[in-house]
Amino acid sequence: MTEHSEVMQEETQIHSGAHVHRDDEGSKMAMWLFLFTELLLFGGLFLLYGSYRFEYADGFKAAAADMNSVIGAVNTLILLTSSLSVALSIAALQRKQKALALGMLWFTIICGLVFLVNKYFEWSHEIGMGIYPGGPALENMSNGEIIYFGLYYVMTGLHGLHVIVGMIFIGFVMFFISRDKITATNYQKLENAGLYWHLVDIIWIFLFPLFYLLH
Amino acid sequence: MANGSLAHEVSYLKYEGKHKGIAGWLLTLDHKRIGLMYLMAILLFFFVAMTLGILMRLEMLTPGETIMRPSTYNSVFTLHGVIMVFLFIIPAIPAVFGNFMLPIQIGAKDVAFPRLNLFSWYLYIAGAILAIVSLFTGGGAADTGWTFYVPYSIRSAQNVTMTTLAAFVLGFSSIVTGLNFVVTIHRLRAPGMTWFRMPLFPWALYATSWIQVLATPIIGITLALIILERLFGIGVFDASLGGDPILYQHLFWIYSHPAVYIMIIPAMGVVSEILPTFSRKDIFGYKQIAISSLGIALIGYLVWGHHMFVSGMSDASRVVFSLLTFLVAIPTGVKIFNWVATLYKASIKFSAPLYYVLAFIFIFSIGGLTGLVLGALSTDIHVTDTYFVVGHFHYVMFGGMGIMFFATMHYWFPKVFGKMYSEKIAIIACTVIIIGFNMLYFPFFILGYMGMPRRYYDYLPQFQGWHVLSTVGSWVLVSGIVFMFGNLLYALLKGPKAPMNPWGGTTLEWKVPSPPPLENFEEIPVVTGGPYVHDKPTYIMHPGKEGLNGNGVVKTANQENAI
Repeated sequence: MTEHSEVMQEETQIHSGAHVHRDDEGSKMAMWLFLFTELLLFGGLFLLYGSYRFEYADGFKAAAADMNSVIGAVNTLILLTSSLSVALSIAALQRKQKALALGMLWFTIICGLVFLVNKYFEWSHEIGMGIYPGGPALENMSNGEIIYFGLYYVMTGLHGLHVIVGMIFIGFVMFFISRDKITATNYQKLENAGLYWHLVDIIWIFLFPLFYLLH
Repeated sequence: MANGSLAHEVSYLKYEGKHKGIAGWLLTLDHKRIGLMYLMAILLFFFVAMTLGILMRLEMLTPGETIMRPSTYNSVFTLHGVIMVFLFIIPAIPAVFGNFMLPIQIGAKDVAFPRLNLFSWYLYIAGAILAIVSLFTGGGAADTGWTFYVPYSIRSAQNVTMTTLAAFVLGFSSIVTGLNFVVTIHRLRAPGMTWFRMPLFPWALYATSWIQVLATPIIGITLALIILERLFGIGVFDASLGGDPILYQHLFWIYSHPAVYIMIIPAMGVVSEILPTFSRKDIFGYKQIAISSLGIALIGYLVWGHHMFVSGMSDASRVVFSLLTFLVAIPTGVKIFNWVATLYKASIKFSAPLYYVLAFIFIFSIGGLTGLVLGALSTDIHVTDTYFVVGHFHYVMFGGMGIMFFATMHYWFPKVFGKMYSEKIAIIACTVIIIGFNMLYFPFFILGYMGMPRRYYDYLPQFQGWHVLSTVGSWVLVSGIVFMFGNLLYALLKGPKAPMNPWGGTTLEWKVPSPPPLENFEEIPVVTGGPYVHDKPTYIMHPGKEGLNGNGVVKTANQENAI
């Protein structure tokens, strides 16, 4: 049991009549598989984006030119910082600095919240201008712009949903850390939460140039 | 561990932990109980969808309206498809027998994530409930066909939203099961069970699970887009807003063609279990069969375009997709030839499961050969959207996966329930099923070739003869199926007790009592050889007692600490 990743503890759970064991390596593998599925979920949307960008290059350019790339850049910075803080929380917990680890996770959640608040203002600004599916302004635009904004709402919306899920995930992990269920020797759940958060980050790293910069 | 010793002595059917009675099932984390709960649910939906199928055949007995209106017929074939595909064919073998047998066959006490396993069952039930609720709410059952093609699926006034949501939830359940199996196979093989000592059913499940994990998210997002399109009109599939309906078809089949292999690969895995058992010899070409499962899974990703030969694609793409489609025949042929070679010069013990497998090979070959007609560009155009296509996929889906599901039930019934059934009646029932099956579906090929289009409640009078034959065939088939289930049900209630190894099988599930104890094994066994060796033992069931643990026995690194 020297190497953490090879820890595999067996215990028989009599009350539920089943065999439960701890296998950190397996847990990490499952998390990576799950992240693959998430990538493919977004992959379908990226495929649509690619096809329609090819078909409506001009419409996409025109629509992207109206986007506020400053808010996009700020949000990118926020998410990248939050990825750093979640990674630092793992390092802190491994060094038995529980308070610091929790602090880093609080910081991550706050970053997620600020990201969503920015997104909220961005969306309400666009909706206020009548740019939403079926909205008065969008209806008069070209097909390329309609598709662009359709994809914009779906992709950033689905991403926003993942930010929320990631924050809930981290919230649970914080609860377990405070109860000493996740510790310096048993931190796979924290690492999984971190992996999930990095996924949220990496999806955004692709969304940002596709919707804000390519025009 | 006073109770712990009990857990590997008392049968999983009788063991009582903290929860008793019905809660002992609904809250169980045991892979065998979860497998049985899947079996109950899946059989229920099989009978529902079968009834819908019977009603459709009854409608087709005469031209014009026989028993239902055209709109009802549309809903009935949609539900028949959705229930059969998403609630029966996809989960049947992996979720029921994969759950039950995979951990035992690889020498583990359970799957890697028992709680996730139970969660997956509840997702399945949630999806099923959504599908049922969609029948009675919001303007009536979906009428789009199970493929939910746009633009009709975004225009239809019927309750398509909820039906697609149901398919979405069921897809999630499928992903969770697949993920669990991949990790289980990587992490929980018994010491000494190298990849190439694994039985072929786990190999098939491994290939299937990867498809479930890597393909299902695509249908998830596609169905989600249909829902969003219906709710908000985002335009991505709506031609009037610049969207491209053909892209929907691409995304749909990027999942749904690999899904065809989710349906058939586990069935092929069971064939590779049953044949060596009743041939009394090692399977021919073990490695080739194992690798060909992965080969089918891989090529299966690249052939989705053959569902869209007439939808509007460049000639270059069509030729490439057609060529790739023919390539699937190579790994499939590898399997079929190896199976037949296994039977060659074997001491065959003729029994019910083997009879079902032979029925499978016969029927599936017809399905496979008619697939070539559809894979070739010129002939496909002639029979696209006709009964020929319907005939083909019933031969491969029902004749392939369905018949193998029956075979699987007969092969593992003694192990799962600890009871024996009447083999004689099982064989008679199988004969009735084969006759009924061919009477029902073979006329489809002829009708399709003559030009009878699918999904119509009406037809020209000259088609009636074949339709009548087919409808009569459906009655024969159903009586065979009812007969078969009656036999199993009788065995469940009144059958004699099954011995530990009624068939003379060589894999690990036949080394534990029937039905297996809660913890499967008293001690994790040690594996010293291949799975289908008949002349010498390849498993050490009590390595601790025999003092072999850690004495030169091969172990995988990740199991070292577990022992």
